[in-house]
Order: sequence, then structure tokens, then C-alpha cells
Amino acid sequence: MSTARLARPSLDRSIGTVVLVVAALGPLIFSAFWVSFILTQVFWYAIAAASMIFLNAYGGMISLAQVSIYGVAGFVLGNAVTTGETKGLNLGLSPWIGFVAGVLIATIVAVLLGAVASRSTGIYFLMLTLSFAVMVNYFFGQVTVVSGFGGIGGIQNHTPFGRPDLHPNRLYYIALVATVGVYALLRYLLRTPFGLVLQGIRDDPVRMSSLGYNVTLHKTLAFGLAGFVASFAGVLFVWWNNQISPSSIDITAALNLLVIAVIGGLHRLEGAWVGAFVFVIVSDYAQSVGFLRGIGLTQTRFETLIGLVFLAIVLLSPNGLLGIWEWIRAAVPRATRQARGPKDEPPQASPA
Amino acid sequence: MPLPSDGRPQKLSARLKALLVGNGSRSAIVGRTSLLLAIVFGIAWVLFIAAPSPTSGASNWRSTTFGSAVHDPTDFLKTLLDTLTYAGLLFVVASGFTLVFGLMRVVNMAHGSFFLLAGYIGVRLQKSYTHAGVFGLSSSQVSLWKDWVLPLVLAVLVVAGVGLVVQQLLLRWNQGQELRQALITIALSLIAADQIMAHFVRGGAESMAWPNILGPDKQLAVGSVTYPWSRIFMLLLALGIGLGLLMWLYQTRTGLVIRAGVDDRHMVRALGIRIERVFAVAFVVGAALAALGGVVGASFAAVDSGVDGQWLLNSLVVVIIGGMGSLGGAAVGALLYAAISNFAAVYVPTTSSNCCTEYSIILTFALLVVVLAIRPYGLFGRPA
Repeated sequence: MSTARLARPSLDRSIGTVVLVVAALGPLIFSAFWVSFILTQVFWYAIAAASMIFLNAYGGMISLAQVSIYGVAGFVLGNAVTTGETKGLNLGLSPWIGFVAGVLIATIVAVLLGAVASRSTGIYFLMLTLSFAVMVNYFFGQVTVVSGFGGIGGIQNHTPFGRPDLHPNRLYYIALVATVGVYALLRYLLRTPFGLVLQGIRDDPVRMSSLGYNVTLHKTLAFGLAGFVASFAGVLFVWWNNQISPSSIDITAALNLLVIAVIGGLHRLEGAWVGAFVFVIVSDYAQSVGFLRGIGLTQTRFETLIGLVFLAIVLLSPNGLLGIWEWIRAAVPRATRQARGPKDEPPQASPA
Repeated sequence: MPLPSDGRPQKLSARLKALLVGNGSRSAIVGRTSLLLAIVFGIAWVLFIAAPSPTSGASNWRSTTFGSAVHDPTDFLKTLLDTLTYAGLLFVVASGFTLVFGLMRVVNMAHGSFFLLAGYIGVRLQKSYTHAGVFGLSSSQVSLWKDWVLPLVLAVLVVAGVGLVVQQLLLRWNQGQELRQALITIALSLIAADQIMAHFVRGGAESMAWPNILGPDKQLAVGSVTYPWSRIFMLLLALGIGLGLLMWLYQTRTGLVIRAGVDDRHMVRALGIRIERVFAVAFVVGAALAALGGVVGASFAAVDSGVDGQWLLNSLVVVIIGGMGSLGGAAVGALLYAAISNFAAVYVPTTSSNCCTEYSIILTFALLVVVLAIRPYGLFGRPA
């Protein structure tokens, strides 16, 4: 059970602080488009990706079902709060009840899926969760009682804080608080006995089992917890997007979240935010790069571009952009030390 | 029949007993008994209990599209044949997936993309050979060899070539890194889906026409049902493919090496056999099977953007149920999955208020859950 990956060099911490301060002052610094579109989107994408990275980095499970779990939260919220202007149940409940119901039901679904999936490992887990993801997508497409093909719209009329399109800064700050809260929660969890057992299971399930820990139960709970986190992304998504349809949670969406996590780095929580930022920037600004347009990679061919980026990352740096960053951080002092001549080296915290 | 020789074969009675009793704990027995009851109820429902929708008045909890087998033996037989023939197509596609996994431990997430690519190549070639306009072809215009078999062969060759390039360029040097290989094929599936969208998709589903000898007017009379020959062809094709794969794996030297490689890759290599070459062959065969399924699938149903994900799901479900790497498992998985999706479509109760709701996906999910609860590695699988 290595706790080495918990140790963070102070440079990373100062970068984190600067980013946080800049984000807190967001509306003063950035244009309205950046605040309401780019950054809010980054925040909820990052929450979903963080739930995926949490499962992989600390539980050794790559789940492709996170998008469907946030979809469940979004659909439940949509069905609960709308009042007749759209498909679905149109229950017309209070926005707060819708929010709580969305998170609660998504978490329950996650625990159930986790109970089925947690006995499998590695590549089987990946395949199983991908099957879940596609089935949840088809479920909402086929079952017209709760959604049907067109999905549920008009959700922005029913938020607890007014219409997000009229008050974009409110949603921005809600998303910021949620995203910071998720980071703090997951970081805290890693130091709890539960988090430590989870990391033990990741490293050696057989040993943990013979030490008396219930491996399946811990994995199920971790999956449920990741579902809880992902459900916040779902809630923010429907508030931000105003509508949710089966195509919002289809296989492409599920894989896009994997792309985000892999680009950032599947082994460190911070990768979620890095990956989400890069993904959103690429998806919005790729068309303005002349070179890319020249070789036919325009906005409409976004999936090709993002697929190529993903492929390059997987082939060149399996730990994502954060892996490259860690490599640079390790390489620079080594180079300067060699230039200055050999001195006694401080022990490095090894990025696993 | 599992690809690997999995130890001593157990007696069937012992296997059945193990399946019924589990580990002998009370919860296992209760769970399995209730499962058995559920299965018996499901069969009884289809055979006797379900009732046809009343032509007037409110439908009740028993109302289904046709009613039970007793009420409507013709449609029951049709559904049964649909199941068998659809299972044939599922087996063709999933056997390629399971072959690659069994030998190389590569989960080819681009399997659905191979399927779709071949389907579109078939569609485009057939349209250009027959000089078809924007409107659909009828089978009477389609000659067997030039307009159907030739596109099929070309599509299979192209996709097999793509498979070879992918394997040699991207997967070969990552041998053994299962997750990385899965991620690579996921990246490929994203790129492929988008490029197919750019170059093949023309605003909507398209399909190939069966050749004239399998046209919609060619029907086989089975009892009171007439049944299209084209669907029976899918079943025969699957039987042929299954038989061919068995012959290949158990009667040839390559098959011998593959089976040895499934059990112990390193020992095979140490014995001086070029297993890299066998890997390439297996991957190419896997891609070719997806492509074959793609062309047949394009003739049987249609191709459209999104079909790749659908067939990746189909392959995944079949091999997760049957057990990864097992040919027999793929056959059983295909049958179970096809049965669930075909029977659920017509035997799940319908009410007038939810006319278009399909619950087959929930039953498919239930099937997956039940199988995994009893056998975490699938019916015929074994731990990696």
C-alpha cells in the first residue's frame, strides 16, 4: 500500500492554488463566453472524469459507465422537475427534490451496477461497464415513458437558482463549488481507512482478501461512490444544457469521457481537470487553427481529431499529460544537478 | 467447446448439479431455485399464459402482440426461426471477437467498426455495380456472383487488410498490455466512426439487396409458416463458419499452434514457433469475420452511423455471456442473446398507453446479470 502517491511536491500545490484563485475570480477575468460556456463545461466534465480516474487510480477499475450514471441523474432530474412541456413523466416536483432524487437514484443504480461488475477485473470490467453504458443508452431511447428518442427539454426553467442562461455566473459558481468539493472529497477519502483498503485491493486483491477484507464489497462501494460523484456532473450537465437525450449519453459520449481521463492522466485525480480543459478547448477552437482546417480536420471532424490526440497519448505517454509533466519535473532537476556536478540527491516521490 | 483444453472434462450430471446447487450455501440454493422458477415461468408465459391483444376494449396484463404459442403457433415458430437465424449472424461476428481475445488477450473495441466499414463497402460496391440510383435495389436486379459475392469478397479483403495493418502497426509491440491495446482500439473506433461518417454515410440507413436467389420472393415453407431463404442462409453460413473454425483449430497445424498459444504463449515461442505470425493470422481472421458479418448484416438489416456501437455491444454481450475466448460459448451466448431480443420484442406485455416501448434491453441486461452472478467469467469462460 504505497502512500507515496499522496505526497505532492510544493510546486504542484502552488500551481493548484493559483488555478483556484483565478477560477474564483473567473467572471472578472474571462469573457462571458468563457465563463458560461468553456469553464462551466470544463467543471462538470472534470467531475465526471474525476469519478472515472478515482476508480482507476485508487481502485484499479476502468469504468465506462460513468456517463450513463450521470445520464441517469440527469434523466431523473428532468422527469421530476418538468411540468408538461416535454416528453417523460413531467412530475412537476420542486427543483430541490429533483436534484436530490437525481443524485440518490443515480447512486443506487451505481451501487447495483457495481455489485454486478465488481467480481470481474481489468479488461473484463471495462467490457462489462461499456455494455452497461450502451444498455442504459438504449433503455432511455426505447422506454418512451421516461424519455424516448428525443429526450427531455426545458429543464432550465426548473432550477433552484433561476434560469442559468440569464444568470450564467450563478451556474459557474455552483459548478466551481461542486468541482472543488469533489476534488476535496476524493482526496480526503484516499486517507480514510476505506481509501487505504481500496488502494490495497488495487495492488493485491488476493492478499487483501486473505487479510479479511471484503474485496467485492469495497469495490461495490467505491463504484457507488464514484456514481455519487458522477451524478453531480449529470445534474450540472442538465442545468447547463437545458435538455438531455439518449444521444447525450451514447457510446461516443462514454468514450469521450474516457478520452478526457486518458488525456489528463488516468493515474492522478488532477488529470480530470487537465483533460477536461484540453478536451473543451480542442472541441471549441480546433476549427480556428488554419493548419488543421487545411488537412480537413474541421469542427465537423472533431471526433477524428480527438481520436488522433487520444491515440497519440496512449501510444506515447500512457500516463497522459500529467505523466509528461511529472517526467519534466523529474528531468529538469536531474539535468541541472548534472550541470552543477554530483550532489547528494533528495529522495524522489516516485509517480507510479 | 472452449478453445483451450480446459483440463479434464466434467461429467454433464456433475456440471448440472454444480449449476443448480452452487456452493451449497442457503443463499445460493434460494437464488438458483428462484432463478429456475423464473425461467420456468418465462417459458410457460411464452407457451401458454400470454394472450393476444383484444381487438376492442382494454388490454390486460396478459396481452401481447400475438399471444402464446398455443394461441398462435405460426408466429411462435417464426419467432423461433428468427432467433436461430439472428443467432447465426451474432455468432459469425462474435466468433471473430472471441478468437482474437482467446489467443492474444486483445479486446478489439474496433470490432464494430470493422463490421460497419465492411457493410458500407458492400453497399457502395453493390450500388456501383448495379448502377442503382438513389432508390433502393430490388433483389431481382442483383446477380449472385457479380453484385453480391464480389462486393462481399472485396469488403472482407479490404477490412482484413485494415486489420493486418492495425495489428502490425499498433498492437504488435504492445503485446501483453491488455488495457493499452483496448485503449488503442477504442481510439481507432472513434476515428473510424467519424471517418465512416465523413465518407460513407449519406443521410440515413442504407442496405444491400440480397442476390436474386435469396430474394424476398424465395420462401421456404415450414409447416404453416413460409420463411425467407435469406435468413436461413444466415444460419447455414454460421454453421459453416463454426464448422470451418473447428476444423481449422483442431485439424490444422496453425490451429494446433493457436490452441497451444492460448494455453501458454511463452512456451510456444520458446519452442521456436513464430507465434507472432499466428497472432497476425488470428487478428486478420477476426477482422474478416467481422467484415463477413458486416456485409451479411447490411443485407439482412441496414447500415447507418451508430451501427458500429450496436455491433460492438452485440459482440460484447455474446462473449461476456458465453465466456471470452470460447467458440462454444460464443454459440451459446449468441443463441441466448438472440432468444431474449426476439422473444422480448413480441412476448412482453403491451398496453395501449405505451405503444412503442420496448423492454428487450432490460431483459438483455437481466440475462447478463444472471449469467455473471452464477459464472463471473461467462458460461464457458475461465479466469484469465
